[in-house]
Amino acid sequence: MSPTAEVKAGLRKTALNAVHRKMGAKMVDFGGWDMPVEYSGLIAEHMAVRTSVGVFDVSHMGDILIRGPQALAAVQHISMNDASKLQQGQAHYSALLYPEGTFVDDVIVHKLGENDYLLVINAGTREKDVNWVRQNVRGFRCHADDLSDYYTQLAIQGPKAIDVLRKLANVDLSPVKNYWFTYGTVCGLPNTMIARTGYTGEDGFEIYIPSDEPTSDRVWYEVLGAGREFGILPCGLGARNTLRLESKMALYGHEISDTINVWEADLGRYCKMEKGNFIGRDALEKAKAEGLKRILVGLEMIERGIGRDCYKVFSESGQQIGEITSGSPAPFLKKNIALAYVPPQYSQIGTVVLVEVRSQKVKGQVVPTPFYKRPKKEK
Amino acid sequence: MAVPADYRYTKEHEWIKVDGNQATIGITDYAQNSLGDIVFVELPKVGDELTAGKTFGSVESVKAVSDLYAPASGKVVAVNDTLETAPEKINSDAHGSWMLRIQLKDSGEVNKLLSADDYDKFVKEEGGH
Repeated sequence: MSPTAEVKAGLRKTALNAVHRKMGAKMVDFGGWDMPVEYSGLIAEHMAVRTSVGVFDVSHMGDILIRGPQALAAVQHISMNDASKLQQGQAHYSALLYPEGTFVDDVIVHKLGENDYLLVINAGTREKDVNWVRQNVRGFRCHADDLSDYYTQLAIQGPKAIDVLRKLANVDLSPVKNYWFTYGTVCGLPNTMIARTGYTGEDGFEIYIPSDEPTSDRVWYEVLGAGREFGILPCGLGARNTLRLESKMALYGHEISDTINVWEADLGRYCKMEKGNFIGRDALEKAKAEGLKRILVGLEMIERGIGRDCYKVFSESGQQIGEITSGSPAPFLKKNIALAYVPPQYSQIGTVVLVEVRSQKVKGQVVPTPFYKRPKKEK
Repeated sequence: MAVPADYRYTKEHEWIKVDGNQATIGITDYAQNSLGDIVFVELPKVGDELTAGKTFGSVESVKAVSDLYAPASGKVVAVNDTLETAPEKINSDAHGSWMLRIQLKDSGEVNKLLSADDYDKFVKEEGGH
């Protein structure tokens, strides 16, 4: 719980590391990365994104480019969503699966061109993902290149994100729909990829700029400058986590892992069984036929207490039925919420469960998810 | 931030302010800053007994849970109920936000705790800055 002044040995840094430290961010070891967990305060940062705008350094995320005449076939083989449905300039949520139907990682697949697909992957699983992708696209005429270190990735998120980016980009952002991307000059940098994506449940953009320090620093400060009139806040991974949790977006190692399958994680809508064969499909077919043993549900605490990661969940009669994967106070909703795996018979909305908060059992109930859904409105 | 010179401190970042046979207890500014936005405080009831060095409750921020350790032994004579509904007061004024008032069992215990200067030094070493 103590902030450290120096980067611990062995931790990786983004190009903005010195800027985060200079700005007084609290730094933590996040999956081997020295990353800001908060600047001014988690709740203020969370609220800035929900009500106005915040900016995150998410350069620790990885990027794999799959390029070649059989790039689409390769992407179809290694990921569960149907990439043949993507148009150039469009992206979608998907996942890389093991033959068991469990998760290597979740990814955003971007169709850059007929033979070019960009997979944005998680930080903590970068090497594993790259190796796994390379191994599994071998039979296809394509290259899988790890571009992770070439980009600084900034996420500008919130209802005012578009207004901030408008001041910095020379391209009309209004036609860029959710989960589409375009290219434009941003802060003087030509051909910058601008994607209307994010991990906050809010409208927003992610931009990919060269990862050299001077460029990264300059763009970071220009974004903060452009956002000043909207009260922009630099945000850390703490707010990123509570924002994604309110929106029920999965986090690797929590809701999804190599022991959890697609149906259990309630991500079936991104898994296109009808598209043809892909890694994990057979196991998923079998798992579906056998029926679910557990499923991800949203919990809201009824009694006073906060359910947190790894806390045990019990039925009302006191039998242990599952475990929380992510739990936290929800700063915008002002409730204590959690995601947990429980047997299907306990997944009905309104089911009362008990969460073991240290030595006490505290009442919670199954609620509809996502906990938070942003008001429908796109400019 | 300078810590009050007339308080005593634990290495777990609680403070205690002695007032005759009684004392108030809270957490330090360093502790609140490390925790971040505090959203929940769990405290004992009036009449409960505290044992020096043992946990007596917990404080939770959005992202973390931290146990509270008793700086000294004694019976709880008052609890600051306002912290139940407004725990963020600890963030804004940690050294002024007392959690409990206890009847000290042995006032000698307090003298074994860190002085303000020692605590300052301890925090600088722990935090590395």
